[in-house]
Amino acid sequence: MDRLKLVLQYFQSNSESISNGICVILALISVKLYTSFDFNCPCIPQYNKMYALGVMFVPPIILFLLGVLINRHTGVMMEEWLRPEGNRAKNPAVVKYLFSAMMQRALLAPMVWVLVTLLDGKCFICAFSMSVDPKHFTGMPNTTGLDLVRILAKVPCKEDIIFRNTTFRKAVSRYLRCYSQAIGWSILLFLILLGAGARLVKPCFNHAAFLQTRYWSNYLDIEQKLFDETCVLHARDFARKCVVQFFEGMREDEVVRLPLSYGLRPRKGRAEDEEEEEEHLHGITRQEQVDHLLHTWHQCKPELDVTKIAYRPKVCITWEDHNGHTLFSDV
Amino acid sequence: MDKFRMMFQFLQANQESFMNGICGIMALASAQLYSSFEFSCPCLPEYNYAYGIGILIVPAVWFFLLGFVLNNNISMLTEEWRRPTGKRSKDPSILRYMFCSMTQRALIAPAVWISVTLMDGKSFLCAYSARLDLREFLNESHQTLPDKDLVKLMAKIPCKDVFNGHEIISREAVSRYIRFISQACGWLFLLLMTSVAFMVRAIRPCFTQAAFLKTKYWSHYIDTERKVFDETCREHAKAFAKVCIQQYFESVSGEMLVLHGQRSHKKDKDNDQEHQRSDEEKLLGIRRKEDINKILWDWHSCKPPLNLKKQGNDSNSTNGFANGFHPQTTPKHQSVAYYSKV
Repeated sequence: MDRLKLVLQYFQSNSESISNGICVILALISVKLYTSFDFNCPCIPQYNKMYALGVMFVPPIILFLLGVLINRHTGVMMEEWLRPEGNRAKNPAVVKYLFSAMMQRALLAPMVWVLVTLLDGKCFICAFSMSVDPKHFTGMPNTTGLDLVRILAKVPCKEDIIFRNTTFRKAVSRYLRCYSQAIGWSILLFLILLGAGARLVKPCFNHAAFLQTRYWSNYLDIEQKLFDETCVLHARDFARKCVVQFFEGMREDEVVRLPLSYGLRPRKGRAEDEEEEEEHLHGITRQEQVDHLLHTWHQCKPELDVTKIAYRPKVCITWEDHNGHTLFSDV
Repeated sequence: MDKFRMMFQFLQANQESFMNGICGIMALASAQLYSSFEFSCPCLPEYNYAYGIGILIVPAVWFFLLGFVLNNNISMLTEEWRRPTGKRSKDPSILRYMFCSMTQRALIAPAVWISVTLMDGKSFLCAYSARLDLREFLNESHQTLPDKDLVKLMAKIPCKDVFNGHEIISREAVSRYIRFISQACGWLFLLLMTSVAFMVRAIRPCFTQAAFLKTKYWSHYIDTERKVFDETCREHAKAFAKVCIQQYFESVSGEMLVLHGQRSHKKDKDNDQEHQRSDEEKLLGIRRKEDINKILWDWHSCKPPLNLKKQGNDSNSTNGFANGFHPQTTPKHQSVAYYSKV
């Protein structure tokens, strides 16, 4: 349990690690799914190919869509792509970077499924047993009265009695499995060459621009997360203040009628609590303000310039008595 | 549990130990992959050799390339190789050192795969059963078998369930013989790899040890510097986002946090200011998109020199160097606003 926590902590250190972790977990799930899936070739000429190719390609499509859905960056990318320009110029390079990162991660689990299928060989045997030329193999059972295609279609099924005394079935299976594994390893080799080539060659082209793109895509991700967090905190404090205000509004009447008990006396600590709440409110205290804020966040994103807050003016308060004399002033 | 945590922390300490860990994991993965891989010799004369040798070589190549792909230093190496000189000169010996150490690590998993495959013997059996001259294993009555049939029969030797010439040749004898050859090759291979590694390790300090120490230092430095830069960028992005969102909320509300600023300054002065200070500090004076873009651009195109200025009274000296990014010493934008709400 602690071990798991440690691994989780390592992966949560940044958003990219989380995405990588999810991607690897999805790949492991796809392997586990394949091993626990009970492959059942129908051994009938019309349906073999359909079944086998279905098992080889339909789950990868599902895994790909899952990979796209689970990835946080999909939402960030779509929002950045579809938002109106507002005060912040749009950067198409960032959208492209997010898109390619998302595609790479989403394609891992489907590729793992396809490769495990090919290396295992069962799907291939089921799909292509009828395309084999039986002359290369000895011992084909020809006393059963069935035609060639039907006999070949039965090759993936071990239990069939027509193959009981011959080595034909095993020879054809081996041949097809060897083909399937060769294709699987070729695809693996091709993918790894692509990956190695991309890794080696990418820094040669415009690396400085890449550093910028990576920074801003990371920034967008963090900004969206922080905005959601700020909204949640704001909502909580807004709700608390709203409820307290409501109770206080009710309480005005109560105080007049009942004797002032200890519990109703204003507590010293209440001032600090109010300050705590207002800290998260950031001055947004009405429903229209909240609506306007959320609407503007998408329609007109603020510019990337935080100089103003560093030089925020300090508000000065002056206390005067009823005669106009200054009692205390910050100025 | 503590041991696990310590090991984890040790492995994460720097990129090299992390890569050592990955290297070990890949070696285990290659052994595991071999044992779970279903070796399926086609038992046909035309395909046996290609399959047998393919299974020996192709996964080894794949693991070697995977070792490069998983190593983050490969892009660091290319970056260091291709960057413009800027204010920092380039040292080719560093690049050579990094490349050598990466290659050494990437070679371990393929070596494990090849050793395990040779020791097991199945791939050799598949590849060479139809190619070797095995007439001495034939039974006397069948010495005159035509070549084509013989080759076809020999090709079936690796497949126990397909072989049908038990009276012509003893399958077990041939299997044992080829397996013995395979294991001998495997042990020779291991001996060769270990001797080469030993020679490299033992003899290298005799040559240029001082230069080697320098190269090792600077390659570790480049690795650490890149990691720290990435971390700083991440921290900066976080602080920037926080401050940007706060500014946005305030701008929409139209208020200037009237009561909040006053009261909390009086009461929570230490906490709040420290919180504010750490956010401001993390921004390192970089507050605008154009500044950030310039920093990231110059990091690659014009790397700063390896020359740290002394902090303190030297900061305003006429020393013309710009060291990394310390824009507080050279303020580019100054805006002054006087507000009074008295």
